[in-house]
Formats: sequence, structure tokens, C-alpha cells
Amino acid sequence: MTTINPACRALTLALGALVLGIAFAAATSASEAPKPKAQDWSFQGLFGTFDRAAQQRGFQVYKEVCSGCHSLNQVAYRNLAALGYNEDQIKAIAATVEMQGGPNDEGEMFIRKGKPFDKFKNPFPNENAARAANNGAYPPDLSVITKAKPHGSDYLYALLTNYKEKPPESYWVDNDGKPIPPAKRKWPEGMFYNAAFTGGAIAMVPPLAAEAVAYQDGTKATVAQMAKDVTTFLAWAAEPELEERKSMGRKVILFLLALTALMYALKRKIWADLH
Amino acid sequence: MSQTTEGPTPQDPAGDDSQTRRDFLTLATVTVGVAGAGLAVWPLVDSMNPAADTLALSSIELDIKPIQPGQRVTVKWRGKPVFIDRRTPERIKKARADDGAKMPDPQADKDRVKKAEWLVLIGICPHLGCVPLGQKSGQPRGEFGGWYCPCHGSHYDFSGRIRKGPSPKNLQVPEYKFLNETTLLIG
Amino acid sequence: MTAPSEPPQASSTDGKPGIIEQAKDWIDYRMPIFTFMEHELNEYPTPKNLNYWWNFGSLAGIVLVILIVTGIVLAMNYTPHVDHAFDSVERIMRDVNYGWLIRYVHMNGASMFFLVVYIHIFRGLYFGSFKPPRELLWWLGIVILLLMMMTAFMGYVLPWGQMSFWGATVITNLFSAIPWIGDAIVTWLWGGFAVDNPTLQRFYSLHYLLPFVIVGVIFLHLWALHVHGSNNPLGIDRESAKDSIPFHPYYTIKDLFGLGVFLIFFMGIVFFAPNALGEPENYLPANPLQTPAEIVPEWYLLPYYAILRSVPDIAIPFTGIVLMKAKLAGVIAMFGSILILFALPWLDFSPVRSARFRPITKQLFWVFVVVCIVLGKVGANPPNLAVFSGIEGFKYIHLGQIATTYYFAYFLVLMPLLAKFEPTRPLPQSISEPVLRDRDESGE
Repeated sequence: MTTINPACRALTLALGALVLGIAFAAATSASEAPKPKAQDWSFQGLFGTFDRAAQQRGFQVYKEVCSGCHSLNQVAYRNLAALGYNEDQIKAIAATVEMQGGPNDEGEMFIRKGKPFDKFKNPFPNENAARAANNGAYPPDLSVITKAKPHGSDYLYALLTNYKEKPPESYWVDNDGKPIPPAKRKWPEGMFYNAAFTGGAIAMVPPLAAEAVAYQDGTKATVAQMAKDVTTFLAWAAEPELEERKSMGRKVILFLLALTALMYALKRKIWADLH
Repeated sequence: MSQTTEGPTPQDPAGDDSQTRRDFLTLATVTVGVAGAGLAVWPLVDSMNPAADTLALSSIELDIKPIQPGQRVTVKWRGKPVFIDRRTPERIKKARADDGAKMPDPQADKDRVKKAEWLVLIGICPHLGCVPLGQKSGQPRGEFGGWYCPCHGSHYDFSGRIRKGPSPKNLQVPEYKFLNETTLLIG
Repeated sequence: MTAPSEPPQASSTDGKPGIIEQAKDWIDYRMPIFTFMEHELNEYPTPKNLNYWWNFGSLAGIVLVILIVTGIVLAMNYTPHVDHAFDSVERIMRDVNYGWLIRYVHMNGASMFFLVVYIHIFRGLYFGSFKPPRELLWWLGIVILLLMMMTAFMGYVLPWGQMSFWGATVITNLFSAIPWIGDAIVTWLWGGFAVDNPTLQRFYSLHYLLPFVIVGVIFLHLWALHVHGSNNPLGIDRESAKDSIPFHPYYTIKDLFGLGVFLIFFMGIVFFAPNALGEPENYLPANPLQTPAEIVPEWYLLPYYAILRSVPDIAIPFTGIVLMKAKLAGVIAMFGSILILFALPWLDFSPVRSARFRPITKQLFWVFVVVCIVLGKVGANPPNLAVFSGIEGFKYIHLGQIATTYYFAYFLVLMPLLAKFEPTRPLPQSISEPVLRDRDESGE
């Protein structure tokens, strides 16, 4: 026994140290961007699931506000079933957009209504058109946006709720940290100040204003509410497998714990005659 | 893991009880382990089944309003051609008149359609998988006026039944229903 | 391989051989595969005192099998084309049945493979497993590590995200440091004038091939292992049969228990933090016109990346004559940091294998482990960022230079010195001896 227990302890310690080291290294790799304030999300934690009502409201915000500029290329209308919409509702939602179909028997393209199997319609035909319409900036696709940013959901929420009229005094410093006099301050044209955005100047027009959408369930459409809802929706768009993943994960871990306990008991039994 | 029957199993000094306990533990561990391995293989196997985007295309809706009597239209469904034939009254009459004729795969015409006017068939010859001719005017339609498979010379009648040639079966009827007067759902 | 002498008699309790025994005997007489397996997997004599650090070899083998199996299934759904690669990966995540699970297992499995193999290597370092007569075994292990790094690097390119593209660009550009022919080599690697579709397609092809090469080298690694058997925590050779126990059932069950513990950790990450080890930037599609704010490799390559960036221009002091540009010197240092492992059997020529009996070696080893982790942290941060927010003058590049110096000094200076001068503690008589003594002490 004496040869095993210290070794076991050392192993645990060393593994722990390594894991910590890795987590440390991984966590600090994005040290430049300001860490967004952590929010309380329905989908976090071991038992997290998406708040269906928030998802539906978030979809409404995406549809009525974001989708004017931002695509959602990886998501299909049929996927909306996960939000609790039935087949007819999905058909109706898909039918509100026009898609290019064809070629027909005469070799011509035609316009048809959207179908459930279609991916969400892209607001622009291509990247150049998107840039041309947006002052040269390219509104990114939002399909996996919460996975593409560190602390993605918190970041998105912070971004949507941190537009300010004008930057604070502390913003106006040069590269050496000296204050810039008001006469020399120059705000880039067509840009907006956002405290959560790296560099502060963002090309996106403040997308949310109070009561920008009329929620069907009567929820008051404050900026914070809409930001929270649309983030929940986009978190789902990025990780539609999340609920299934966590539920399966809980079972897998429980199973492995039982199996490992059995193997430990058997190991003890088999090795018993050596000591 | 089957170490109970073979190999130099160490002698257990504690005797039979201990041996029994060990056998039980081994059996339990192996059972749970094998069950777990089996469950772990399922996702790999299932990943080769049709994916969600493939399934989403497994049924198609078709607007049949523009199809004229006597016109035949081909659509693609699940990667295969589907023949839609809006039959004229004469063709329906001919098809039904032949119900009693001798044929390899006897079937009444009314069992092959939901509405007599509309014949819906999978356009694959049951013999060896070629696509029969006859959809476009000018193509050979065989001795019975329906379709003709050029690969090995199978002749189909106005109901898509095999009448002459090597095919053992009639042209298959896919799963379909009319959602309303002008919309056909295949699949 | 054991040559059979005669058709063996099937042994069964009632004297009549069963159909399975008969089939086994029939095959075994013609090709003694069952005899071989019996020898090498069942009765294979193994030191009785192996601790849990010896679990990681078989663990690495199992992780590789998991990677190959999930990889084959992913390949059925992946499209190696710059226009489709990113979307095909997202299709796997969304539409393919359990595609998300298979991809997350594969993606995190790569991290797990490196974690397990690094522990395996550190164990070899600590207990002197590279010393005679196991030098070939050690070298084959280094070959496996190099193949793993190539495979992982190419695999990371396949999703065609921002970090895929820019990681590939930076790493392939390293070869341009080679004098005269560097640029030609880079063009050849790319199959074009930048990382592009031809690059993606060849990386995909090689990413599929190399794991099977690794399997081949692992067989050689095991062959070499089974000639002299495992080293052990005491680092002394086995003297009598008393020092050994059959591999099965003792180490099969011990390895399986270790596998269980490992799987809990692995599956915990897969199901509850599948993207924790990855770089978020790689969920943005590759854009050749826009470099990410910072290009960082996956964690398991960070220490090498830190060494690469830590080396300055090599110049003659006070003259300003540059002998070697930093780029080339960094590339040499980076590859040298792994290649130096080949020389270990000569750098540490002390006859005492295990660090248990080498008090100074033991401490310097743990310093080395910490240095490797520090190098990882350096690799993850911009060179000009201050390490501590209060001390602006001390930047990551400086920390990296200190750590890199220790990394090489550990092998090139400390090891030979210790081998010659370190007073070692007395070695036990045999493997059985300390086990007996322990029992007396603990009063069992």
C-alpha cells in the first residue's frame, strides 16, 4: 500500500497542477480585450437549458432588428422547432422571405417563397454588397458568434448595452497616456462609442432602443431585456446541441463514475494477494 | 478481460469466499464495461444515417395546377426521378380495361392511384434501375403506351404496370398525398 | 515471435477440444498469433512496483484509437475545400446525427493525447527511462511526438477558421528562414502563393495518413519495450522472478481503472466545456485579408512557440555583426528543443536511472516542469505585454528568454554536471526488497 498511496497523491497533485497550468495559459491568452461582466444565463451550468420564451423573444429581435444587416447562415428555418414553434408556424415564418429558385425547365432562375429547409436568408447577396451598404464595415455572420468571442454571451450582452453618447474623458489619451486637449480630439466619422468594444469606436449603429420591438407576450421591451433575449437566441443558434449535450453528459459521467468505482474495487481485489 | 478461465491467475490466500467475490466483481465490471462500450459505438453508427438536412428534403411539395391533362412531368425526389402523369379519360379507361389482363405483377389501376386523373410513379425500372422513357413527347412509350425502358426492353402500360419484358415488378408508387386541390406532397 | 514446435494439444477440462480451441490451434500452428498475444499481453512479466505514472503509455494508445475512429467518421462528412470546409464542419455540428459529440471528442481528444503523452514523457525523464538499454525505445517515442505535432497542426487547419488559416500561414512561413531555398520550400508546401485550397487539400490528405504512421511507430515502440520490459520507479533491473508479475490481470485492471478516471476528466470537458481549450477566434471563417489581433497555437504547442519567439538576433557582442537573424535562430531553437531529447542518453550518463535516488536531479526536474508550463504561458501572451501589471519593464519576452535558457541549460549543462558530480543515495538490492521493508515499517 505504501508504494501506491503517495504515488496516487502525487499523481493527483501533479495532474491538478497541469490542468490548472493549462487553464491558466488558456485563460490568459485573450488578456487584451476587457473581460465583460458576467451575466446570469438560463443555459449556463451543468443543468442549464435555454429559456424558451426568451429564445422566442430573441428571435423576434433578431428578425426585426439584426437581420437587416447580419446573416445567420448556418441556421435553417426548420431548426426553429427547437424554440417551440410547430410545423405550420415554421412554414409561415419561412414563407415571409423570398428565395431564388431554379433554374426551371427553360433554364431561368425565379423567385419563390422560403421553405422550412432553407437556411436563413442572407440580407446581402455577398460581402461586397454588405460592405457597400454599411460604410465599408462588414456585419459578421451571427451563427456562431457567441462561440467566436471570449465569454461570448456576456460579451454580446455587454456590447448591446454599452453604447454611450460620447466617450468618457479617460478615453482621450494618446499612446503615451497624456490627455488630448479638446481642440485636437477627432472622433472618426460614422462611428459610435461603445465601452465594451475593443478600441471603443464601433461601426454598428446602436441597434436597440427601448420599445424597438413589440413583444407578443407583453414583456416590456427595454434595451437590457432585448439584449438578454437576443443573446439567448444567438447562444442557441451557436450551440443548438447544448441541451442534449448537457443531459447526455450527466448520464455519461454518472455511468463512468459507477464503472470506475467497480474497476477500482476489482483492482483492489486483484492486487490484494500481492501485499 | 476473460481472465477467469485462462492465464496464471494468482492464488487467492483468503479462500473461496474471496474468490467468489472477485468473480462477481469481474463479471459486474465486464458487463458494465461492455454495455458502456456498446452505447459508445451507437453515435458513430448513427452518424452514418441520414442527417437532419437530408431528412428535411425527404418530402417535397409540388404545385400541380400548371400541369395540363395528358401532360407528364418529372420531378426529383430523394435523388430519384418521380413521374407525374395527368391522365386523360381515354388513358384511364384503357388502364382500367386492362385490369383483368395477364401480367407479371397483377394490380388493379384503382389501387395504384389516389385520384384517377393523377398517376404518380417512381421513375426507376424495377429490373435494374434504369430510367424508363416516355415522359417527353416523341420518346418511345412501348407497346402499351405507358413507358419503355431502353436498357432491357420493359414495356409499361398507362398505369405503369409491367406488361412485357424482363422487369418483375410494376413501376413503384411513392408515398404521397394531396394537401389540397392543387398541392401534391410526395414523401 | 515464438516458433511452434508441433501442433499443440488443445486443452479442455473434459479432454475434448471445443470448436473455438480447435480453430485457435489451427491458426496458431500456422501463424502463432495467439501464442504471441499470450506472451506479450497476458503473461508478459512486468515489474511489480509500477506506480500510476506508468498508466499513461497505454492510455495514450487508447486515446489514439479514439482519435482515429472519430476521425474516420468525421472524414465521411467533411469537405476539404476552402469554400465548404467551415460550413461542412458546422453541418457536422448541427445536422449529422451526434456529429457535435464526435467532433468535440475528436477536437478535445487531440488535447488529451498531448496531455497524456507529455505526462508519459515527463515520467520517462524523471525515472530515467531513456537510459541503456532503452535508448531506441526513447527515440521511437520522440519520433511519435514529432509525428503527433505534425498531425495536430494539420488537423487544426481543417475547420478553416481564422486561427486555422493564420496558424498555417505563420508555421509554414517558418521554413522561409532556411537560407537560399527557404522561399522555394514554402511555395512548395503551399502549392501556391499563399495558404489556399491546395494547402488545405494536402493537409487533409496527410492528416488522414499520419495517424496510421504513428500506429506503425507505436508498434516499433512496443517491440522495443518488450525486449527489456518496463523500467520501474526504482530504476533498477529485475533480479529474480520475484520482482515480476504477469501483465494480466494486474496491469490490465490497473490500466483500466486509470482509463476510467481519465475518461471522467475527458468526458467532463467534452460535455460541459467543449470549447474551453480552444481559441474562440477559430469560429470565425478564415479571412486571408484580415489577421487576428494575436495568433496563438493550441495549448500543447505554446511552449515551442514561446521558444521560437524568445530567441533574438545572434550577434557578436559590441560589434553589431549579426551572425544569424532571429527568425532562423528561433526556428533552430524551436526544433532543437525537441531534437535535443534524442541526445538525452548521453547528456545524462549517470548509471542511476530513477530521480528518487538523485536529490538534486529531482528538484531540478520539477523546476523544469514549471519552466515548461511558464513557457506555455509565455507562448499565449504577446511578447511586449508586461508580465506583472505593476512592473512595466519586465515583459513576456524576457520571461520567455529566461525560461528558454533554463530549458536548454537543463539538458546541456545541468544534466552532464549532475551525472558526473551528484552524490546519489544508495540503491535497494532488488525490487522486492523495499516492498518487504515497507511492510515491516508500516507494521502490516
